[in-house]
Amino acid sequence: MSANHVVPLRVYFAVFITLLVMTGVTTWVAYIDLGVFNPVMALVIATFKAVLVILFFMHVKYSSKLTWLVVSAAFFFLGIMLTLTMSDYLSRAWPMQ
Amino acid sequence: MSTALITPAPTMPRDNYLNNGYGVRSWLLTTDHKRIALMYLVTITFFFFVGGAMATMIRLELLTPAGDLVSSDTYNKLFTMHGVMMVFFFLIPSIPTTLGNFLVPMMIGARDLAFPKLNLASYYVYLTGALFTMYAVISGGVDTGWTFYTPLSTSFANTHVIATAVGILIAGFSSIFTGINFIVTIHRMRAPGMTWSRLPLFIWAHYATSLIMVLGTPVIAITLIMVALERGFHLGIFDPARGGDPLLFQHLFWFYSHPAVYIMILPGMGVISELVTCFSRKRIFGYNFVAFSSMAIAVFGFLVWAHHMFVAGISTYAAMVFSLLSYLVAIPSAIKVFNWTATMYKGSITFKTPMLYVFGFIGLFTMGGMTGLFLAALGIDMHVTETYFIVAHFHYIMVGGMVMAYMGALHFWWPKITGRMYPENLARLAALIIFVGFNLTFFPQFILGYLGMPRRYHAYPPEFQVLNVMSSAGASILAIGYLLPMIYFMWSMRYGRIAGPNPWNAKGLEWETTSPPPTHNFAETPIVTEEAYAYGTTTAEVQRV
Amino acid sequence: MSDSRTAAAVEGTATAHGGNPALLHHFETVEQQRDASSLGMWVFLAQEVMFFGGLFCVYLVYRLKYYEAFVAGSNTLNVPMGAINTGVLICSSLTMAMAVYSAQIGKRKMLMFFLAATMLFGAVFLGVKSVEYKQKFTDHHIPGASFSTAEFEQKDHLPRDVANETQIYFSLYFAMTGMHAIHMIVGMVIMGFLIFHSWRGKYPPGHYTTIENFGLYWHFVDIVWIFLFPLLYLISRRH
Repeated sequence: MSANHVVPLRVYFAVFITLLVMTGVTTWVAYIDLGVFNPVMALVIATFKAVLVILFFMHVKYSSKLTWLVVSAAFFFLGIMLTLTMSDYLSRAWPMQ
Repeated sequence: MSTALITPAPTMPRDNYLNNGYGVRSWLLTTDHKRIALMYLVTITFFFFVGGAMATMIRLELLTPAGDLVSSDTYNKLFTMHGVMMVFFFLIPSIPTTLGNFLVPMMIGARDLAFPKLNLASYYVYLTGALFTMYAVISGGVDTGWTFYTPLSTSFANTHVIATAVGILIAGFSSIFTGINFIVTIHRMRAPGMTWSRLPLFIWAHYATSLIMVLGTPVIAITLIMVALERGFHLGIFDPARGGDPLLFQHLFWFYSHPAVYIMILPGMGVISELVTCFSRKRIFGYNFVAFSSMAIAVFGFLVWAHHMFVAGISTYAAMVFSLLSYLVAIPSAIKVFNWTATMYKGSITFKTPMLYVFGFIGLFTMGGMTGLFLAALGIDMHVTETYFIVAHFHYIMVGGMVMAYMGALHFWWPKITGRMYPENLARLAALIIFVGFNLTFFPQFILGYLGMPRRYHAYPPEFQVLNVMSSAGASILAIGYLLPMIYFMWSMRYGRIAGPNPWNAKGLEWETTSPPPTHNFAETPIVTEEAYAYGTTTAEVQRV
Repeated sequence: MSDSRTAAAVEGTATAHGGNPALLHHFETVEQQRDASSLGMWVFLAQEVMFFGGLFCVYLVYRLKYYEAFVAGSNTLNVPMGAINTGVLICSSLTMAMAVYSAQIGKRKMLMFFLAATMLFGAVFLGVKSVEYKQKFTDHHIPGASFSTAEFEQKDHLPRDVANETQIYFSLYFAMTGMHAIHMIVGMVIMGFLIFHSWRGKYPPGHYTTIENFGLYWHFVDIVWIFLFPLLYLISRRH
């Protein structure tokens, strides 16, 4: 799949620095009161970091469509599990007609 | 495939996978997918009989209204172990690990699965899990129900929950490894010309099953780990005293266990597609629809799990959503039934034993499936949940459906696996006995459930006795029906008629090689030039059956 | 389907394989073998996503239900240690990527060096983790008989039942970080073997799929921690 593609070292270093910086950012932001956006920011930053690792360290950017499909499928079904489970918990308090 | 009118009597091939190396080590350390399949066959048959023994005790107890044969605690253990053994150690592995392992590489023209050593590891992991669970059985059993609901399983049960949970989660990894192996094999090891649209539907079914195995099984693995940790180390995740929600366990448990029931039917559906085409001498009606319906079942199957929790205390709005989704998941199954029926229409049908099992499957699976639709309706489910209606519903699908497909598959591919034919008339008799025994066992249970008899109780009100006696009588007939093939299959390995490469004159790459096949399946890699089930397309086709 | 090619009982013993010693008998080409093993690792990782996903699902449900208890529990964790550990794992991901690069360009000693560096970072992570675990033990924050809600009732002024709910937070903390740590330990054991095999020259250019696949596993373990850090350590640190 991505077997023969050699990623340029500067890409690795750029991703590495970005990951460290974003770790600092997420820690710093946690101490600022953003109300409901604190967890949102935390998850956005974590997702961004994860996407960088997936695309560049794990070479998915240079891999076949099948690899993309496997990665997407995994997160899709995780999303199903989280969403449908939460649909129960969040609607328990809703009033009945 | 010979087109001559007179053929000499077939002989056993000189070198095949069965005689390629003798001795215990050549079997226990084999990486040949066919030998591994046979090891699985022996092992799951053993666990089928263990689960069957539990069922025998259950049906004996239920002959009389009073709980007089065993205590209620023992009865709880019996139905729990029956469920655990049958679901995790028989049905979930059944077709995939035996016929799937044997046939997937052959049907796509490969020499083995993608990861033969992983395949062997998968078998030993399964065996390890099974041994943990057998330890639990022997040292007193588990009584929580195969569903392990908390907080009974985590805080209050005083039986071997951890051992059983650990056994199941270990066996789950066997499932995951098999699923990984099948997915990679089907993607990467198809012979030249074997495009996705030429794949046998058995392969599509196993591909869909493998998706469920890979994506669903880890969830029950982590859930059982949490149960074991809670029981062993007193974590508080499901403990109501510390704020834990028992329903969360049910969500996680059923997130896997509902798709698991599709693991327990999709391979059978793949088998039926193979059998119905061969014994109608006709290509499948609607190949694309049948292939995609397998994928649809796999995906939709992940969306409906909370229909097992309608009365547990989930929100009514969520219940409505899951009810709607449960109706939708029935559609692909119905598509398959219609397509199989249309395949038979104007076909040239022969009533060989595998075809008898096809008829049994289509009828009984349809009944089981339709009663599932009743259950998807919230109003009906309120009334019949936790009764024998549910028990009948899932046994119609799992036993009337999947086990029938499994029996049909064993008969159909027995000549390929062993090189010998089973005795046809005796086999047809056994199929009939199974059909009669099955219906006598489980149809009364629909009525019992509707009338209100609860499940998992060792005693019941006297007015239910007649139906229970019928059910137990049916169970004894069913048992005979299952024992007969055990006996004649073993007989056939020594005395059965030698089958030759293709006794059914069937289409499929597995029939293009000897029976039994050589270790590497094919002398040369086959090249595929026609679609699957190309029956009735060559001009000089003569039935040798 | 193939035309009449009923196999005479000639045992296919894969003699027509071109003699590449790294090519396993059931594959046709080295590319096919490499693609298959890569796909296998990706499918395994998909399974791992669902495996950890179960824990994240539990976390999600309980965080929304018992937010105050989660805030109180999270605030007992040491953010600098967690942040340093996050940085350590990111470094280990870089060294892992460098290890794959070394294998691609055929530098055996470089490969061994970066694998060893990855192990070292992993060991540092586990060391910090064990310090944290020990702290939890002395603070009586391990769920079960020894758990003490006193700190939460007195310092955070939480009512008794909410203080008790922090046990769920800590159960999740140990379950999630523990499962992550087990995955790291398994990874480090495998890395030991990989270093040994690298030294023996088993991963030249064109045949380093094992290193690459292990890298995928290691990066996955890093990603899990990337989510664990904010979710466990940074719940409402505003005060």
